[in-house]
Amino acid sequence: MKKLLNTLYITRQESYLHKDRETIVIKQGDEKLGQFPALSLGGILCFGRVSVSPFLMGYCAENGISIAFYTEYGRFLARVHGRQTGNVLLRRTQYRWADCSDRSKEIARLFVAAKIANSRSVLLRELRNHGDNPRLTTAADRLASSLRRARTAKSVDEVRGIEGDAASCYFSVFDELLRGSGFAFGGRVRRPPTDPINALLSFIYSLVTQECVSALQGVGLDPYVGFLHRDRPGRASLALDLLEEFRASWADRFVLTLVNRRQIQSGDFVTEASGAVRLQEDARKKLLTLYQQRKQEELTHPYLQEQLPIGLLPHSQALLLARHLRGDTECYTPYVVK
Amino acid sequence: MDDFLPLSALQHYAYCPRQFALIHIEQAWAENRYTAEGRILHERVDSGVAEQRKDVRFERSVMLRSEHLRLTGKLDLLEVHGSERFVPVEYKRGKPKLVDWDRIQVCAQALCIEEMRSIQVTEGAIWYWEVRRRELVALSPDLRNLTLSMIENCHSLIELGQTPKPISDNSRCRACSLRDLCGPDRFRRDNSVRYARELFEF
Repeated sequence: MKKLLNTLYITRQESYLHKDRETIVIKQGDEKLGQFPALSLGGILCFGRVSVSPFLMGYCAENGISIAFYTEYGRFLARVHGRQTGNVLLRRTQYRWADCSDRSKEIARLFVAAKIANSRSVLLRELRNHGDNPRLTTAADRLASSLRRARTAKSVDEVRGIEGDAASCYFSVFDELLRGSGFAFGGRVRRPPTDPINALLSFIYSLVTQECVSALQGVGLDPYVGFLHRDRPGRASLALDLLEEFRASWADRFVLTLVNRRQIQSGDFVTEASGAVRLQEDARKKLLTLYQQRKQEELTHPYLQEQLPIGLLPHSQALLLARHLRGDTECYTPYVVK
Repeated sequence: MDDFLPLSALQHYAYCPRQFALIHIEQAWAENRYTAEGRILHERVDSGVAEQRKDVRFERSVMLRSEHLRLTGKLDLLEVHGSERFVPVEYKRGKPKLVDWDRIQVCAQALCIEEMRSIQVTEGAIWYWEVRRRELVALSPDLRNLTLSMIENCHSLIELGQTPKPISDNSRCRACSLRDLCGPDRFRRDNSVRYARELFEF
C-alpha cells in the first residue's frame, strides 16, 4: 500500500501559508509559526480565516497534496483541485454504470451492506464488552434483518429505504453507547447540530468525507457521481457513498472513544443563541490531534489481507472501486470490520 | 498526433502488458528508486549538445516519428557516421538483459529513422549505466518482426481500452513502481464474489 502522509491542520486564525523552495511556511503576521517539507504532506486543511498563496496552491495541486477550506467550525467550504488526473475511460464507465439502474443497485447494495454490518458491529461490540442490554440486542437483530433485505433488494430506491431504516434503528439506541459520559443523545440532528454528540459526529463526518473526495480524485474517479446517492449539484455523491463504510466503523467509534474516555467534555462546547452547538477552539485542536493519531492506527484489511493504517482506508477503497469498474473484480469489495 | 504511441511504451508493454495499460491507458504514474534514477540519467543525457568528432556527428535528444507505425518519441543519442550510417543509441540505468525489452525499443527507434530518412539502419546500441558498457543491437529480421507485432499489440490494447490482468511472474512486480496501484497479489485472483456474498451471511 502507499504511504500515509501527514496532514496539516491550520486552526490559528489570520495565519498565512506560502511556499519557500520545497517547504511550506506558516506565518501569522510577521511571525513564523512553522515550516514543513512539502513532500512529507498528504493534505492541508484550513479552518476559518486562513489564507494560502496561489503559488502554494498550484504546487500542491501538481504534487497531489490536497488543500481544503472549512469554516472555523468545521463546515466544508472549498477545496483546491488541479488538473483532472487519471483515466477518462474509468470515468466513462462510472457514468455509464451510474446511469444503469442494475449496475448502480449492485454497488449501492454493497455500500449499504457494509454500513449496516459495521453499525451492527458497533452494537455487538458493546454487548460483548458490557453485557446484556435488551435494547441493543433488539436493534442488532433489526440490523441483521435489514442486511438480509439488502441482499435481495430489487432497486436502488429499495436500497435507500433499507439504509434509512437501518440508520434510524441504529441511532435510536446510540445513547446506550455513551456510558456515563455526561452527554445525552436523542437522535441524529444536522445543520446545525443542537447537541454536543451531533456536533462531534457532523465534524468528523465532514473530515472523513473530504478524505473520500481526495481519495476518489486521486485514483481518477469523479467524486460527484454516485451510485447510492442521487446526483445533486455541488454534492459529492460518490464520496458520500464511500463514507457509508466508514461512518460507524471509523467516525462513530472515534466519537464514542472520545467522550467515554472523557477526552472531550461538556465544557468543550458552546451553545449559540440559535441553539446550534459547536466545539470551542482548544477542543477542536485537541480533537484534530486525536483524529490524526487515530488515522495512524493499523488494522488488517478484510479483503486485501494487508496491514494498513486507518487513514489509508479511503484510498484503498477508492482504488478497489476503480479496479472493480475497470474489470479486475466481479464485485465491489467494501470495508467491513471483521 | 492523437493515436500515436510513445516509443517508451513498447518497453512498458514488453515488461508487462498491465503496466503498459496502467501508464498509457489509465494515466497512472508512480515513481520509485529505479524510475527516479532513470529520469535523472535522462535529464543528464538530454542536456548534451550536438558535437562532431572526425566524421561522426553526435546528436542528442532527437525527436523521432513514424507515420506508418504511428509511433513518436525521443532518442537519447543519434550517431551519424558519414552521411549514410545512422546508429540510434539508448541510455538505460540498469544492465544488459537476456530478454529483448530494451532491444525492441531501439529497433522501433531504428524503424522511425528509416522512415524519416529513407535509409536502411543496420544496428543500434544501448548504453548501460550500471555496468558502464555498451551493447550492440543487430537489427535482424526476427527482432524487426517482434517489434512490429508488439507495436500492433500496443495499438490494439489502447483501442480496446482494456487493462489486462497482472502477469504471473511475480519477480518483475517487485521492481515495478506501479505495484501499489496495480495490486498484482490482489487482482491476480478475483475473490470478490465470495467476499461480497459473505457480507450478507453472519
